[in-house]
Amino acid sequence: MSPLDNTYEKQFKVIGTRPPRPDGIEKVTGKAQYGADLYVPDMLYAKILRSPHPHAKIISIDTSEAEKLDGVKAVVTSKDFSKFSDNKPSDTLVNCIAHEKALYDGHCVAAVAALSNTIAKSALKLINVEYEILPHVTDVDEAMKTDSPIVNKGYVLENVPKGFSENVTSYYEFGHGDLDNGFNNADLIVERTFKTEAAHQGYIEPHACLASMTPDGKADLWCCTQGHYNVRALCADIMGMESSQLRVTPSEIGGGFGGKTTIFIEPIALALSLKSGKPVKLVMTRDEVFKATGPTVSSSMDVKIGMTKDGVITAGEANLRYQGGAFPNGTVEMGAQSAFAAYDLKAVRTKGWNVLTNRPKQAAYRAPGAPQAIYAVESVVDELCQKLNLDPLEIRIKNAAKKGTKSSYGPTFDDIGLIATLEAAKKHPHYLAPLEENQGRGLSCGFWFNFGGDTCVTLNVNFDGTIGVTEGNPDIGGSRASISQMAAEELGISYDKVRTIIADTNSLGHNEVTDGSRVTFAVGLATIKAARAAIKEMCKRVSLIWGIDEDAVRWENGSAIPAGPNAGQFDPMSIEEIAAMSSQTGGPIAGHHEVNAEGAGVSFGVHLADVEVDKETGSTKVLRYTVFQDAGKAIHPSYVEGQMQGGAVQGIGWALNEEYIYGEDGRLQNAGFLDYRIPVASDLPMIEPVILEIPNPGHPYGVRGVGETSIVPPLAAINNAVSRATNIRFSELPLSPPKVLSSLKKEINDG
Amino acid sequence: MSQVHIKTKINGDNIEFLCDPEETLLDILRDKLHLTGTKEGCGTGDCGACSITLDGKLVCSCLVLGAEADNSEISTIEGMSNGEKLHPLQQKFLDHAALQCGVCTPGILVAAKSLLEKNPDPTESEVRYWLAGNLCRCTGYDKIIKAVLDAAKEMRS
Amino acid sequence: MRYVAAKSAEEASNFLLQETGVSRVLAGGTDVLVQMKSGMIEPDLIVDIKKIPGIRNITELDGFFRIGAAVSGSEVKDHENINKMLPGVVEALDLIGSTQIQGRCTMVGNLCNASPAADSVPALVAVNAKVNIIGPQGERSCNVEEIPIAPGKTSLKKGEFIVSVDIPYRPEFSSDAYLRFTPRTEMDIAVVSASVAIEMSKEGICENAKVVLGAVAPTVKIVGDASKEIVGTKLDESSLKKMSLKCVEICEPISDKRGTVEFRTEVAGVLASRAAKIAYKRAGF
Ligand code: FES
Ligand code: FES
Repeated sequence: MSPLDNTYEKQFKVIGTRPPRPDGIEKVTGKAQYGADLYVPDMLYAKILRSPHPHAKIISIDTSEAEKLDGVKAVVTSKDFSKFSDNKPSDTLVNCIAHEKALYDGHCVAAVAALSNTIAKSALKLINVEYEILPHVTDVDEAMKTDSPIVNKGYVLENVPKGFSENVTSYYEFGHGDLDNGFNNADLIVERTFKTEAAHQGYIEPHACLASMTPDGKADLWCCTQGHYNVRALCADIMGMESSQLRVTPSEIGGGFGGKTTIFIEPIALALSLKSGKPVKLVMTRDEVFKATGPTVSSSMDVKIGMTKDGVITAGEANLRYQGGAFPNGTVEMGAQSAFAAYDLKAVRTKGWNVLTNRPKQAAYRAPGAPQAIYAVESVVDELCQKLNLDPLEIRIKNAAKKGTKSSYGPTFDDIGLIATLEAAKKHPHYLAPLEENQGRGLSCGFWFNFGGDTCVTLNVNFDGTIGVTEGNPDIGGSRASISQMAAEELGISYDKVRTIIADTNSLGHNEVTDGSRVTFAVGLATIKAARAAIKEMCKRVSLIWGIDEDAVRWENGSAIPAGPNAGQFDPMSIEEIAAMSSQTGGPIAGHHEVNAEGAGVSFGVHLADVEVDKETGSTKVLRYTVFQDAGKAIHPSYVEGQMQGGAVQGIGWALNEEYIYGEDGRLQNAGFLDYRIPVASDLPMIEPVILEIPNPGHPYGVRGVGETSIVPPLAAINNAVSRATNIRFSELPLSPPKVLSSLKKEINDG
Repeated sequence: MSQVHIKTKINGDNIEFLCDPEETLLDILRDKLHLTGTKEGCGTGDCGACSITLDGKLVCSCLVLGAEADNSEISTIEGMSNGEKLHPLQQKFLDHAALQCGVCTPGILVAAKSLLEKNPDPTESEVRYWLAGNLCRCTGYDKIIKAVLDAAKEMRS
Repeated sequence: MRYVAAKSAEEASNFLLQETGVSRVLAGGTDVLVQMKSGMIEPDLIVDIKKIPGIRNITELDGFFRIGAAVSGSEVKDHENINKMLPGVVEALDLIGSTQIQGRCTMVGNLCNASPAADSVPALVAVNAKVNIIGPQGERSCNVEEIPIAPGKTSLKKGEFIVSVDIPYRPEFSSDAYLRFTPRTEMDIAVVSASVAIEMSKEGICENAKVVLGAVAPTVKIVGDASKEIVGTKLDESSLKKMSLKCVEICEPISDKRGTVEFRTEVAGVLASRAAKIAYKRAGF
């Protein structure tokens, strides 16, 4: 057995079933408390004043009139934060509240706490900000030019090649092999430039928090977040607090998808609370969410791929330029790493440049950086297949990465499920279903690294033999159910004997954010280990009762039994019996596990999309959609399917209609759900999920993260489907109807 | 600014409140009455998270002034189950895992209930169009649609 | 802000007349509340007209339907005879926002919001609807197309507001259809729209037609030349093509976040021709 004591070969009893989630009834009856749902006595309501300019120096802020308004209890500006720390303000703080300059349309410049929302809103109008307007830039290619306005100085890393403006802050390069030789061996080379616009995670719950801070430097913070330990770390740093003095309690969370992995409003609420001496609630409006949280990067990319006429990819090259707003970020690095991950290549090179613009600082969104790069690569691969008259699925199988492949970003792959996933797609009736006129079928692979990271779990054996699991990762899509399932499986008891809760920051050690598709993997791993620790302790207690050696007791089906015939004749002791006696045998029993989990295991997916294009209007309808993904082991298949379907639909939205639209004036023109068009129910067909289970050797049950990979393939799958339906190769997202129609017209005019 | 005195019946109970003329019914439900099952996703009628029924009609409570609700009857998600007994829609949403984060769920349940009252046997497409005003970002709608169709089936039998 | 619920049309008109600041009429509220939320308007007075007797009724009078200003879109949709006679008007109303919005929004609100993209306006204009107005000078009426004069602006004078819409009954063998283009299937604003109303002879020859376009100019466009192309025909492909070209010619749209000049122009012609075909079919041919 491997050091992990993997058991994924065995028959599971609880894993793989679909029990009801523990938080279900609260959520269908309206009782569940989300970020904005908490009300406490004497609470104030806060509102934020935001810059109407994309780039402007803040000359002065006069808050005196606002402070005088009846019912206003505190007003804060960046000045209020300088007393917390002598250090240069962090990027996170400057993103939360503008210091010297407003860096994007919607950047917070001041905030008010008052007796009601109505009063707070009126007070905002009484704050007088004097700006000196500066030239701005929002397009990635423009921002790289040497004559571009400079967004934020002092961020350029040493390895950035010369020849760009100071907005280019970092540079990355990956790959191996001889590119020239590779391209020389190709029968056909396709090279294209692609552009994608920024998309927003579009979680339905706006950011919200409730802060209560006292003058002795203690604080309680309630907020919707994907990671309250990270909120604590960031806020404690900004507020000059010791971690132990800031307790963060996560609310139920109404979606995040990466967008709630950092902070935007929490320090503001803390500062207002400290200043007013009262609890302060701060809830963003939807308009603020679009303008001032973290959408994705937008990109401009060149991809060049060579192929032989029988479909062997001889070389691949990608140059990626990502802008992620006014502060540096490393998303383009992940794009450059993942671009060619699905292929086994002899020669591959990817380069990435990060660029600053006058836009909000990007945040993670499901597999950050990968959808853009893989969209470009998968579109070119499809074009090569089409031009060489090759089956796109066969060609992907032919070139697929597999166990032992040296990946395009360095490491050598272990067991991965890509070929099995492609084979499943090939066998599926969808792949060969007939298409009609104006219809097209698109295919794309997708990839994500998946992460593990710092994780703590405590598993308490209650006196009645039931189990309380305490973990530290906000449950974003049913993870409490899957964690309970893993605890029950390991202990050999039924699911309903376990209740999993998410603790505040003082109740467990540090937990990495709910991101990187890590929760079912890493928290699951720690839960299994915690259960094993509890089992070990229970066996020890039983050994005392039986008066035999600890090693002579074994755990089976929720009971301790003698390990073998030599151990003696004893009736099994159930977990209930052991728990009931625990006070007499040494005290309460618990298991816990703290780990920086490794071995998350990469994940691959394959999507098939059928579309129909209305050639007179350029509009695209998705007719059929199938998602194939390797889950390693699906703990709760319904929630695995949910991740696959939800990610696919987000990707469909991104491919077809979602985009950040900036005007000439640098202001965001579509900061609302009316014009930022996420898919509605009537836009879509059913999304068929096909789960594959190729166990991840890094997890005792074989789990791989499933949350992120699903957003990666839709961009190219839709693009390829539309391109095949129209016989025009598109290279810009979204494929909005005006864009598609004008290409169709051009095609007709060009004959 | 003088407040308006409003009398309503909410989930069967007589409830009175004072409101600022510009406060929406959603503000009142949440901030004044602490009926927080009704969510605010946008405040502009674009997401459906604030769906309630007002005199039997499905509306976005963010687009109704509190002052307009005088003498009206309101139902919210909090009134959907009957004591311990869940409404079939609520049960089917749990059975089908039709929620991930669950923040859209109250609005969708209220909207779906109003659909099934009007049309007990809707087609998939009718459900999709009726619920088009209720955004869900997590599920891709698939399981929601299935849950509604399944609940409709059960309620018919 | 103050809120008043008027008990009669005269009282409402008076409130509006007396107010020195910004006032708004509130019926469905689906535009007014959005504008308030986004800070576009900050009214000093809101006059709720829903309590005015009769203003929420649909009545069938001699030769026309009278639809009160506070009748919601879904109430019109549920009206059997309107459905039968004016399917195009009903489908335009059905496209305004979600089910939730339709429970509140009104035709008059849609009209008075004076958006070039308003869904119900082209449909109402195509069927020759009129509005009845009450104001300090008493009652008057005018054609629907006379109300919006520019984006966000109406011809209504201080103290005036619309109390009802009259839609004439349609003769036998006639019908109408409304189509709009939106990137999503629902929850969207028309990028461009077209309404076509036709009256046919028993033999299936078009005797009368009205083609109206939305979102291709600051206000709704009645395309007289397009109508001429189909009158006297059986709406065959070639006359539809000609009609569609006339539509394209008259467009003077803008480019904005929702669409480009080229797109709106091109698609206006496509929609008009498709709407005409639907209306033709609905008329029984
Ligand atoms: S909050 Fe009312 S529709 Fe979004
Ligand atoms: S379940 Fe999260 S928005 Fe619907």
